[in-house]
Amino acid sequence: MTATTGRPASAAVPASGDEPGHGPGHGSGRGSGLGAGRGPAHRPGRWAAPPRPVWEEEPSRAGLAGKGLVLALACLGILFPLWIVLVTSLSSRKTIDQAGGLVMVPKGITFVAYRELLGGGQVTRAAVISVLITLVGTLFSMAVSVLCAYGLSRTGSLGHRWILMTLLATMFFSAGLIPTYLLVQSLGLTDTYLALILPSAISVFNILVLRGFFMGISPELIDSARIDGAGDLRILWQIVMPLSRAVLAVITLFYAVGYWSAWFNASLYLNDQDMMPLQNVMIQLVQKQEAPVGLGQAIKTGELSGLAVQMAVMVLALLPVAVLSPFVQKHFRKGMLTGAVKG
Amino acid sequence: MSHSTVPRSGTEADTTATTPVASDGATGARRARPPGEPSLRHRLRRDRVLLLMTLPAVVLVLLFNYIPILGNVVAFQDYDPYVSDNGIVSMLHSPWVGLENFQRIFEDSAFWGAVRNTLVLFVLQLVLYFPVPIALALLINSVVRPRVRAISQAVLYLPHFFSWVLVIAVFQQLFGGAGLLSQLLRQHGYDGLDVMTDPATFKFLVTAQSVWKDAGWGIIVFLAALASVSPDLYEAAAMDGAGRWRRMWHVTLPALRPVIALLLVLRVGDALTVGFEQILLQRDAVGPGAAEVLDTFVWWNGVRNQDFGYAAAAGLVKGVVSLGLVLAANKVAHLMGEQGVYRK
Repeated sequence: MTATTGRPASAAVPASGDEPGHGPGHGSGRGSGLGAGRGPAHRPGRWAAPPRPVWEEEPSRAGLAGKGLVLALACLGILFPLWIVLVTSLSSRKTIDQAGGLVMVPKGITFVAYRELLGGGQVTRAAVISVLITLVGTLFSMAVSVLCAYGLSRTGSLGHRWILMTLLATMFFSAGLIPTYLLVQSLGLTDTYLALILPSAISVFNILVLRGFFMGISPELIDSARIDGAGDLRILWQIVMPLSRAVLAVITLFYAVGYWSAWFNASLYLNDQDMMPLQNVMIQLVQKQEAPVGLGQAIKTGELSGLAVQMAVMVLALLPVAVLSPFVQKHFRKGMLTGAVKG
Repeated sequence: MSHSTVPRSGTEADTTATTPVASDGATGARRARPPGEPSLRHRLRRDRVLLLMTLPAVVLVLLFNYIPILGNVVAFQDYDPYVSDNGIVSMLHSPWVGLENFQRIFEDSAFWGAVRNTLVLFVLQLVLYFPVPIALALLINSVVRPRVRAISQAVLYLPHFFSWVLVIAVFQQLFGGAGLLSQLLRQHGYDGLDVMTDPATFKFLVTAQSVWKDAGWGIIVFLAALASVSPDLYEAAAMDGAGRWRRMWHVTLPALRPVIALLLVLRVGDALTVGFEQILLQRDAVGPGAAEVLDTFVWWNGVRNQDFGYAAAAGLVKGVVSLGLVLAANKVAHLMGEQGVYRK
């Protein structure tokens, strides 16, 4: 029944459990009888390695050190730049001048850059716009995607194959930038926020992931609900969605990050500078090194460091993402792997 | 647990349309069609709620993915955007020029420059980017401590969720003319260095940015493949005397092969798309000579120069070649006995 038609990555890999077994369970009885008299004598720390299976060699010291070093360097390569950005954004003009630019070691923290940026004006407005677009857009995308995924989750329903093929085919071609631009313009969406939401509202891949997950929900559960008289909307809302929290969280994050990070459509379809979302303002302030509207004077006269302002804008842009994504992290794999397309 | 309890109240407050179940008796009919197939009318009535649910998505896809295909006719026109405010009206009033736009493209050295840049970037990314997630996944997979794994994964995934604007801003602060690297060099008596505007190294810069942003995220697929390898295989190999490295070569890598093949196929199929937003953001700083790729070529000629017919023609060439590449890459995958993006 599972004629696997299509989508990548996922199809090849079974959605098996979590971390690979370096022999979980092997030797789990360890320590049970030994130190019985002395209470919880030797509980392995949170950082300790689980016991290895007997057939595996003990790792060499050099090997362990080498692995640790590479991993630490990789993580440092990501965190160090972010650290500098954060610290500089919190530094006073004096500290920044002393350091000759970017600050690596924090010396007296000041929120002056954030206070200036968020006290009204260009950046405040852009941040509010970005938040609103992200909220509205994500809600819309999720509603459309979840409905569609559920509508396609029952193999053998009328038109199911055709609709699926229609969606799948879009993964193989794109109509092109110019025709899409002309269409959006003809629809009269230019200079409206709809142009930032509608053209990129759904991702077929996300729909397939949701659908794959919905199809994995026990059919008996759904059938019994139906026998009890629940309609499809109600089944979706009260049974399917509560059982799919993990995948819903992942897809919501994907959509939200998409809206939060988008800048191209705004640069294409919006002409009014006052309508621009945060990313587009960041291009002006950081990449093109322009002073934020209204703060130019403060920067010139020395109360405020232009560099700290740039960094603060960057922190504003990365903060929501950096705060939210770790919460969803443990579900990522589940979200990525249920995308196999069935019948 | 409590959420999964089936609502038992008989009243249908929130839905109106679905009652046909009662007539079905059991809903097994909905999953696999029995030989005595219900009539079309019956199925329409039975599935109309499902169909209605897919409607918004289908409308959006038709509107923004299928209908614009028709707009490619401007590639065969001398499209004049100023005829009317409405693109479709302009389209109807613009003169047809046959293949003239395509002829111009193939004689345009800027186009061939963009083709060259695109291909060079594709090869660079294939060689320098593609192996990184595989290596990182093998590394993380060999780490046993659950905490170390969780934390390093959290850190490595993070940049994937940053916008390109942010990633490039970060690189600018590190390697730009006023960035950290220049700052340190100057403090030690050397000349500053501006990597961000150097056309000679731009393609490596772009690849480095891709690695920084997405290589960590790329781990996820490989980790999943590694997790599905049965520990018994390792144990059996160890019993037969295979050491650490031989186990990796004979057990781990074969387990990754299908995934690697699949991702290669996808990458080759997408060869002409090498990071539109990322490159567009840096095009002005570096100059089109080094930074123009096919996608930015279309953007520049269409959006900036308002030469829509010309840009659409270039986009169409790219689209058609890309479609051919996807299909060809799949064919090759199938011939090699791998699964590809779709199955035959």
